[in-house]
Amino acid sequence: MTAYTATVTVRLKHGVLDPEAKTTQRALDRLGFELSALRSADQYEIDLEAPSTGKAREQVTEMADRLLANPTIHDYEVQISER
Amino acid sequence: MIAVVQFGGSNCDRDAVQALEQLGYTAERVWHEDGLPADTDGIVLPGGFSYGDYLRAGAMAAQSPIMADIREHERRGVPVLGVCNGAQIGSESGLTPGAFTTNERARFQCEHVHLRVENAETPWTRRFEQGAVISLPIAHGEGRFEITEERLATLRANDRVLFRYCDPNGNVTDGANPNGSTDNIAGVLGDRDTTAVLMPHPERATLPSRRQAGTDGQGILHGFSERTTVIE
Repeated sequence: MTAYTATVTVRLKHGVLDPEAKTTQRALDRLGFELSALRSADQYEIDLEAPSTGKAREQVTEMADRLLANPTIHDYEVQISER
Repeated sequence: MIAVVQFGGSNCDRDAVQALEQLGYTAERVWHEDGLPADTDGIVLPGGFSYGDYLRAGAMAAQSPIMADIREHERRGVPVLGVCNGAQIGSESGLTPGAFTTNERARFQCEHVHLRVENAETPWTRRFEQGAVISLPIAHGEGRFEITEERLATLRANDRVLFRYCDPNGNVTDGANPNGSTDNIAGVLGDRDTTAVLMPHPERATLPSRRQAGTDGQGILHGFSERTTVIE
């Protein structure tokens, strides 16, 4: 078994309204910053042991499908690195 | 007995029991870890902030072991009603389609809204006329109904939309949409007509003693009158 850290980034699907990002962008505007867009995302770091990178990815993908992301509104990506 | 399922952070469970009892039903609060009692013939997923809305509103409660039991009852036609956080739990667990997420204005909305009855041929709406306008309170930060285009089309084609936010005259407008919900949708049905979720609170507009809130919630809660004897 190898120790891995998986990083799962969960984002709203393209076209799904992100009110928190909009509000944050407005606040940055008020602070005088100039920006053309702001997107938010949630990131989870998961330490796990697995026989291979592929198996680790498989497990973490299932975690994302079943809990970390809501497929109706979210896309996600999984990165795996050895720890 | 109607089981009002209480999760850590539920806070409308007592209101739901009180409202159902007012209408003559036997209702009990059931702690989620205890499982559904054998005589359960109706289920309410009440409002609140289960598990502090961690991850997403309803996401944690949707993983509670009692949900498998609820699904099993639901498949047998036991009526299930999800209100507010209960609606979020319903969609997170896949009992009902779509998702309820952050309000368009990123604000907690606490007010009275008007709803148009879109399908008056369900247990939850049979006491209203098709197209009737009713009034219920809302209190939520994550009530914006989102759904993919394809699934919205299926929802419409199969008449699964129960209520839409409207103005007092029944016009479905952007101005009457408190949270930016897709198509002004406030409540939907699951696979069966006996399974429904909605963001507004019928249990808060049921007791005659709270005249200000009205009593339109009664008609929705009377959906439980159509429950059949559960055969194990």
